[in-house]
Amino acid sequence: MIRFALQGLLARKLRTALTAIGVVLGVSLISGTYVLTDSITSAFDSIFTENYKNTDAAITGKSAFDPADDGTTTAPAFSQDLLPKVRELPQVGAAGGGVFGEAQLIGRDGKAIVFGGAPNLGFSVDPALPQFNTLSLVKGAWPAAGEVVIDTHTAAEKGFKAGDEIGIQARGAAERMRVSGLVEFGAVSSIGGATLAGFELGTAQQLFGKTGKLDQILIAAKKDVDKQQLIASVQQILPPATQVRTAEDQAAEDAEGTTEFLNFLQTFLLVFGGIALFVGSFVIANSLSITIAQRTREFATLRTLGASRRQILGTVVLEAVVTGFVSAVAGLFLGLAIATGLFNLFDAVGFTLPNNGLVFETRTIVVAIIVGTVVTVVASLRPAWRATRVPPIAAVREGATLQPGRLHRFRPVGAALLALAGIAAALVGLFVDGLKTSTLLSLLGLGVLLLFIGIASFSNRLVRPLAAVSDPIARWSVVVLTALIWPFILLPYWAIRRLFGQHPEFPRVLPDRPAVEIGGQNSRRDPQRTASTAAALMIGLALVTLVATLGAGLIKPFEDAVDGIFSADYAITAQNNFSPLPPSVAAAAAQVPGVSEVTSVRGGQARAFDKTISITAIDKTAPELLRFDWRDGSQASLGQLDPNGAIVDDEYAGDHGLSVGSTLGLEMVTGKVLQFQVRGIFRPPAGGSPFGNVTIATATFDSENPQPQNIYTFLNMGGGVTPENTAALSTALQTFPNAKAMTRDQFKKAQTDSIKGLLNVLYVLLALSVLVSLFGIVNTLVLTVFERTRELGMLRAIGLTRGQVKRMIRQESVITALIGAVIGIVLGLVLAGLLAARLDEITFTVPAGQLVIFAVVSVVVGIFAAIWPARRAARLNPLEALQYE
Amino acid sequence: MVGMVGTTTAEVVHAEGIVRVYGEGDTAVHALRGVNVQIEPGQLTAVMGPSGSGKSTLMHILAGLDRPTSGSVQIAGTEITTLGDDALTKLRRKHIGFIFQFFNLLPMLTARDNVVLPLTIAGEKPDQQFFDELIGRVGLSDRLEHRPAELSGGQQQRVAIARALVSRPTVVFADEPTGNLDSRTSGEILDLMRGSVEEYGQTTVMVTHDAKAAAMADRVLYLADGEIVKETGRSSQHEILQIIDTLDLQ
Repeated sequence: MIRFALQGLLARKLRTALTAIGVVLGVSLISGTYVLTDSITSAFDSIFTENYKNTDAAITGKSAFDPADDGTTTAPAFSQDLLPKVRELPQVGAAGGGVFGEAQLIGRDGKAIVFGGAPNLGFSVDPALPQFNTLSLVKGAWPAAGEVVIDTHTAAEKGFKAGDEIGIQARGAAERMRVSGLVEFGAVSSIGGATLAGFELGTAQQLFGKTGKLDQILIAAKKDVDKQQLIASVQQILPPATQVRTAEDQAAEDAEGTTEFLNFLQTFLLVFGGIALFVGSFVIANSLSITIAQRTREFATLRTLGASRRQILGTVVLEAVVTGFVSAVAGLFLGLAIATGLFNLFDAVGFTLPNNGLVFETRTIVVAIIVGTVVTVVASLRPAWRATRVPPIAAVREGATLQPGRLHRFRPVGAALLALAGIAAALVGLFVDGLKTSTLLSLLGLGVLLLFIGIASFSNRLVRPLAAVSDPIARWSVVVLTALIWPFILLPYWAIRRLFGQHPEFPRVLPDRPAVEIGGQNSRRDPQRTASTAAALMIGLALVTLVATLGAGLIKPFEDAVDGIFSADYAITAQNNFSPLPPSVAAAAAQVPGVSEVTSVRGGQARAFDKTISITAIDKTAPELLRFDWRDGSQASLGQLDPNGAIVDDEYAGDHGLSVGSTLGLEMVTGKVLQFQVRGIFRPPAGGSPFGNVTIATATFDSENPQPQNIYTFLNMGGGVTPENTAALSTALQTFPNAKAMTRDQFKKAQTDSIKGLLNVLYVLLALSVLVSLFGIVNTLVLTVFERTRELGMLRAIGLTRGQVKRMIRQESVITALIGAVIGIVLGLVLAGLLAARLDEITFTVPAGQLVIFAVVSVVVGIFAAIWPARRAARLNPLEALQYE
Repeated sequence: MVGMVGTTTAEVVHAEGIVRVYGEGDTAVHALRGVNVQIEPGQLTAVMGPSGSGKSTLMHILAGLDRPTSGSVQIAGTEITTLGDDALTKLRRKHIGFIFQFFNLLPMLTARDNVVLPLTIAGEKPDQQFFDELIGRVGLSDRLEHRPAELSGGQQQRVAIARALVSRPTVVFADEPTGNLDSRTSGEILDLMRGSVEEYGQTTVMVTHDAKAAAMADRVLYLADGEIVKETGRSSQHEILQIIDTLDLQ
């Protein structure tokens, strides 16, 4: 039986390969994800280890609590007086101090140099202590006071060489410095698009506003001193607000944020791999069902020859095991290509990831092969079970078909129950309070999964009416699309074939009524098959619709929020729209003639009620430019913030029983605990609030934040928004190339563009699932053409031309795709509606324009899926078709 | 149509020196070795011969489904051996009707839609009067809305006959039309075909190895080893069987 199964597979190479494509693509995304994240991890690991290669221990500043990694809050620097004391310790061999910060390089065009969203790293370098220096000098010399070394990647991209002048901007206004040399970080030429700027210590301290201070001291132990002894001795002389760690601990600490991010990225991408595999399992199940129906006589013959049901089951499952294994291996290697593609994709959307060569781990191989094989086998179980039901008598009966099973009549009920169970699971996940996020997401995922399976099994009932409705739509959308590409592709193609002495049919635009009519009827003749084929596309489109609807639902309230809060003429943000900016930017803007009011929102963190929360701070001008939706208090409360007033958002107030007049203790980043009195409680807008849980006065905030940062700056100018005002602001901001001034509409657009960028990443990832379902349609059509060979021969004999055969198959394909699209879009809207009902941040908004685009894309998917099967069908010789069997 | 093409050929199908070789070299099979045949209008012509005699190949070539290795075939005055696929398809659409051994109906269409399929493909409307009469003749009036799966074999072949006749083709080709039917149903089907020749003057070519079927023909061609070995006029079943016997065609 094993040999029989293998020979069967070989005899049906093409069909097997088509069946397997879904698994190959799904597995490739999974293996690609692992390769990608493993490669990034290894690149980061080498960076972090490289940082501390000759270091035994590191002293750093210590915040009162672990701040979140949003760039607004860093550990305070400490006095450089510590360094000589450390050097004097008998256990210490060498010690070097350094500072770091954000240092923006400015290109020759006066614009900030940014590669994607990567950071602009600035730090001090000390060539006298090469063991602590992770940079290697490639050209030129180490920087003297007032000089800078930059990385080779930036130099090459932006055309700088040693000896040139370059603009640098850190905490203060931009200044010009001589590039003394070019450097590389260890062996890596680029750390994920980050720009590097190294300075002499004094210059760096001045640039980063840390004169007389250090962020870090790296220590190498004397020979024969072990790390614990070293740390113990350093501990003795440590001033408050500093800490010492071993180099390993420090590297792990540095890597922590990255590891969290990578875990998230991995899960995120694996989910999409899972979706593609799920869609692929539909394609497999459907293709196997069709193949098994076509092999009825073969199974019956085996039965008459004495094969037991169990042996038949074994043959089909064994075929699935082999197919699954081979496709998993193929997918594994395709994953390498996918990983490269993902690096490029993230790069293209401005999110460069570090890459130090692809890493292919054993875990990747094991997971990919197991997942691919198991999914294929599970998908084959139902068709395999059907194959065992072929009676031996079918061997001798012409046109014997499989009898529906005993449970057949319960199928719609079962399908409906599955769908209901799915909705129930999703509802529980969404609306039961107090679930852990992971439980919530699993319930939601399970619910959607069940819902898809339920709808897919039920949808054969919907095929006839939906096909009837889709038929004219398919017809005319194909006409429109054909008309659009006719002059550009069809006509030249025809002309070229003509030139080469062929006699192609002149390309037509109007529908070929007889051909599309038969095609339309074909789509209705086996509703089960059409439904299963459409189901694969349905899943992809449901998810795409969900994403689009949620995206629209996020953007609309966000825009409302902007309109609600911000009544100023202009806003100033970083070039990338989210990085915080030093207060010097707002100060420069305030100097512009015509500016009447300027207010900035500071962002940072503090601890309250044992939790780190985000806090914001506003100044005295705020009441004129910012509006709050007050529950308690009024705009006037804003004026009473200094020095110890606070306003709180209503949810936070509710959670902690705060009301106007209550006191609230905040532990600031320096470790000092300040008492505040609540002066007002406001309702943040649903679409996102620029304010933290607690908002205090800027002066108080600055006193306890060594390096305060603004997240937004808003300003009014005499005459409002005018081209002259805009120009004046831009001129003033020229010394801060990382800052830009925008009108309210530009601000909204810039902020929503980042949401749209994220949506585009999701679309690209979901496109893989749509691609899998496209192959599903190809597969069904090819199998169907094969099955209808004799019928096609008859049609050709009585006068259907080759072109008409193609159009007939295309019509069937487009109708199938449209059925999948309609069910998918409706399902996606329902799911989005459920989520919108739960999440305040999202209002249910139907993105009508996008849905039309998705429907058009489905038609295109249908057209593309039909190309190859239609060519095969048209090539059939009517004679062979008639002699078949 | 026939008159237009020339003075000598009143026949609707004219074939000369048809050779059909399958394969090449040592393994080449000579299915037809130089056959000349004319099909006269308004006649039922039967082509008889044992399996492998080349009778099916001959029919396929005469009907424009296959191309001869050499020789010339004219249908309604048009030389078809040089036509491109599309032109040939359109010629079949207009001039040729088919009746197949396995009926070959489209399962998703009703009997009515199956009958008018050739017209649908050509984008033409059926002549309602002729359609009604035809359906009456083949006895399908109360079966028009049924699908093939709901019809018996005989009924399915009636649909196929109506489908072949509905476009009033120049010639109808029938490939073993009774090969898949019991003897009583076969008789009814043959009567129908004979009737179409008598009443509509429908030129028909029937390939068969059933002497009873051949006995309905105005003319019988006997094929053996790729050549026409004998031709007779209208003959009885008995005479036909005798000829087959003497020619050793069984």
